[in-house]
Amino acid sequence: MALNNALLKEFDELLTHYPDKRSALIPALHRVQEENGGWISPELMEDLAKYLDLPPVEVFGVVTFYPMFRIRPRGKHLVNICHNISCDLRGAQDVVAKVCELTGAHPGGTSPDGRFTVATVECQGACTAAPMFELDGVFHENLDDERIEKILGAVR
Amino acid sequence: MSRPTYLLDRIRPDSHTLAAYQKSGGYEALRNALKSKTPTEVIDVVKASGLRGRGGAGFPTGMKWSFMPDPAKDKRPRYLAINADESEPGTCKDRVLMERDPHGVIEGVLLACYAMRASTAYIYVRGEYRESYNRLFEALREARAAGLVGRKIAGSEFSCDIWMHKGAGAYICGEETGLMESLEGKRGHPRPKPPFPAMFGLWGQPTTVNNVETVFNVPFILERGADWFRSMGTKASTGNLLVGISGHVNKPGVYEVPFGVSCKELVDGYAGGIWKGRKLKAWFPGGSSTGVLPGSAIDVPMEHDAIKNAGSMLGTAALIAMDDHACVVRAMEVVARFYDHESCGQCSQCREGTQWLSQIFHRIEIGRGRMEDVQMLEDLAKSMAPGKTICALSDAAAIPTLAIVKHFKDEIEEHVRLARCPFVDPAHAKRAGAFAHAH
Ligand SMILES: Cc1cc2nc3c(=O)[nH]c(=O)nc-3n(C[C@H](O)[C@H](O)[C@H](O)COP(=O)(O)O)c2cc1C
Ligand code: SF4
Ligand code: FES
Repeated sequence: MALNNALLKEFDELLTHYPDKRSALIPALHRVQEENGGWISPELMEDLAKYLDLPPVEVFGVVTFYPMFRIRPRGKHLVNICHNISCDLRGAQDVVAKVCELTGAHPGGTSPDGRFTVATVECQGACTAAPMFELDGVFHENLDDERIEKILGAVR
Repeated sequence: MSRPTYLLDRIRPDSHTLAAYQKSGGYEALRNALKSKTPTEVIDVVKASGLRGRGGAGFPTGMKWSFMPDPAKDKRPRYLAINADESEPGTCKDRVLMERDPHGVIEGVLLACYAMRASTAYIYVRGEYRESYNRLFEALREARAAGLVGRKIAGSEFSCDIWMHKGAGAYICGEETGLMESLEGKRGHPRPKPPFPAMFGLWGQPTTVNNVETVFNVPFILERGADWFRSMGTKASTGNLLVGISGHVNKPGVYEVPFGVSCKELVDGYAGGIWKGRKLKAWFPGGSSTGVLPGSAIDVPMEHDAIKNAGSMLGTAALIAMDDHACVVRAMEVVARFYDHESCGQCSQCREGTQWLSQIFHRIEIGRGRMEDVQMLEDLAKSMAPGKTICALSDAAAIPTLAIVKHFKDEIEEHVRLARCPFVDPAHAKRAGAFAHAH
């Protein structure tokens, strides 16, 4: 994938929100990652750097600073399991175990069939409905084994 | 409980829409202020109300606004940045406001901009809060179409643009200067202060950073008056606040209470008591950056000064409860790992210190600790804070460490003596690895 015209047009509008070009970088990276199946390739970073008049190394430095950006391809679906304090107190470890058992992925890795990437993440702001995970960007809260089976079972 | 409430009263299935918001009197505070109050008068009302920031530090909001330079003398563009990064472990209150009452947030933003004469605001929402982002985005679209955001708002001379901006998962971008760097498209490296944001903020221009809940209070204050606001809470901490209660309670949730309510009532009343009929062993009053207190100290008012006197901090009023089957070393292992992960790395004390704290708590928890580790934890924490680094993340890791060493030294030493965690259930450990705990 390269930065297509539709995306560039979106970015032209995005630039009007800020007094300088660079400030559009993080929102633009989000869009690039969304359009590219959940990761950002070196070529895309270079394209975006060119578009924003930035040295590519600056874009790389930003991409690798922020946990939500990925620099390697991932499985079709992404499960981010919160393992911070409020979730840990209510069984986040069990959620990790259950999700890994059902998907065949190890924390931080992708299942052999390429369907799921599973990661542990820090507090997602759902602490009063712990434990939780985020599946393809959607929060699932108050998890137990039964709910996890149902949620992952419904994923195509 | 017949305490007056207002923060969450409007919430209905459709309360995120402009129609519902206007039906409940929405944007009237803005219209009235634009018609009958000067910006300085708005600041005066907010000052008189005693409103303090809800982002963690509790700084008086009216005073913060008056730090912005006089527009007659300083003609530079000026900005408001709304801190919706909400990433302090235990904290999930701003999300409720953004998802369920986004126009209330927008009206607060507009009033704050009017007061500070800023014509541009950015709402920096953490990247994971997709629902909050979408709701605010849609609400802004509606408000723009209705002439409430943009040029000449509600027929007045006041113009203000509000833009949404998405973060990307870094806790440090909740620190106000880290947030500004991030908004400028950089890594979230907090800036040394001074210069302060009011003089040198976003793109070097005068800037104020406020929390979501802080500005959400402002339309209520302007409509109902400073005296009404002061009638709730305590003398030094006025109004109501949102308290998140998580961990080992029967009814975790976000509750609206006046400052000064007893934390005992929060746990036993609002949150339905400790689950499984157990006892409260330890608790964080205001997120993982605040010092842990023992269960015996629960009868303290939820209010800045009282919690400070008890040896902790109000923080984001995110109370995390641990029952008597929980292991405080395990809890600190998780918390220390978090700060190690989130340190931006600019200051050696923080970069190295958080890494060491994380490793030491981990080794104690898995039974490989040494007796000297207790002293080392204390020495390390003291080398990291207070005020030794560019920002307070280093303090945020040091403070709970010192509290655990102070209140739960015996439990740490027991781990070392037994060479294992006394709370790990061996049957459970098989399934999820050596560090699993029963719940
Ligand atoms: C490490 C760190 C993280 C922070 N995270 C947040 C946050 O997520 N949200 C927030 O409103 N304030 C956060 N703060 C506090 C902000 O720096 C700032 O004080 C606050 O946004 C000011 O708003 P207020 O005056 O309305 O409370 C954080 C501070 C530190 C040191
Ligand atoms: S204290 Fe830690 S997080 Fe803050 S600027 Fe220094 S290294 Fe970065
Ligand atoms: S600790 Fe898991 S969502 Fe906050």
